[in-house]
Amino acid sequence: MGVNGRKFKADVKVALKRSVLDPQGKTILAALHSLGFNEAKDLRAGKHFEITLEGRDKVSVETRVRQFCEKLLVNPVIEHYSFEVEELER
Amino acid sequence: MKAAVVVFPGSNCDEDCFQVLKNVAKVEVQYFWHKERNLPPTDLVVLPGGFSYGDYLRTGAIARFSPAMDSVIKHAQAGRPVIGICNGFQILLEAGLLPGAMLRNESLSFICKHVYLRTETSNSPFTREIKKGTVLNLPIAHGEGNYFCGPETLKRLQEEDRIAFRYSSEKGEGTREFNPNGSVDNIAGILNEERNVLGMMPHPERASEMILSSEDGKKIWESLLG
Repeated sequence: MGVNGRKFKADVKVALKRSVLDPQGKTILAALHSLGFNEAKDLRAGKHFEITLEGRDKVSVETRVRQFCEKLLVNPVIEHYSFEVEELER
Repeated sequence: MKAAVVVFPGSNCDEDCFQVLKNVAKVEVQYFWHKERNLPPTDLVVLPGGFSYGDYLRTGAIARFSPAMDSVIKHAQAGRPVIGICNGFQILLEAGLLPGAMLRNESLSFICKHVYLRTETSNSPFTREIKKGTVLNLPIAHGEGNYFCGPETLKRLQEEDRIAFRYSSEKGEGTREFNPNGSVDNIAGILNEERNVLGMMPHPERASEMILSSEDGKKIWESLLG
């Protein structure tokens, strides 16, 4: 274990903004419909990142994860994101 | 004129660019490996097509943080010409040297074919030898060439004459039916505000000799040579 001590897991979800067309999502939705799952009304495809990281506490880990997103994981021109952080062990 | 072609892991048009610059444009050209930090003395920087870093995460997103890119960005900020072709265009977008982003092609298909594009401005070092309205026949080869930007950015690109090329018919009609990938406003290539950075999806280096069925791409190298 590193100098920061505590271990956390971040679940980051990234998806295309509503204002951006998502042809992949549309195609997957059409495939669900062709299988008879007609109750599916809308589908947006996205990405999911599971990140294990160390940190001092939950608040500082959340700040870092936000930086991961803004610097690399997300392109703010077309995507939005959300994430959850949980502590793995103490 | 001297040129440098940046090589990322996964670049696959680097040799085509090198070959055309050396044997067709007849300029002094060298490769610039992505791990190097100091750009050799050069006038032109070429970011070639390919699948840098396997296009993981987003096209161009990881290449953009290659050590080489710092000096490419400095070169661009000094007002010197940088051309990004295909994956190179995607890298320029991710690096913030050009506005907007690339999406998957509307059809979700990888498209590899010759298309026509209309030159929209002669006011750039890349197009000064091409009369506005000239239609070029160049190939595209991409899965993510669907250029996207918000309405404000689009308005600026239009008003500042920064759209270099639009997809069109052979006669130059820039309507939706000649748009291969869904790009906003049929955009195939754009310039930065200072007009020294060009990003384009079509491949001029694959159409600079008649053996490859078109030499329209040569006009871009000729413009750069002035």
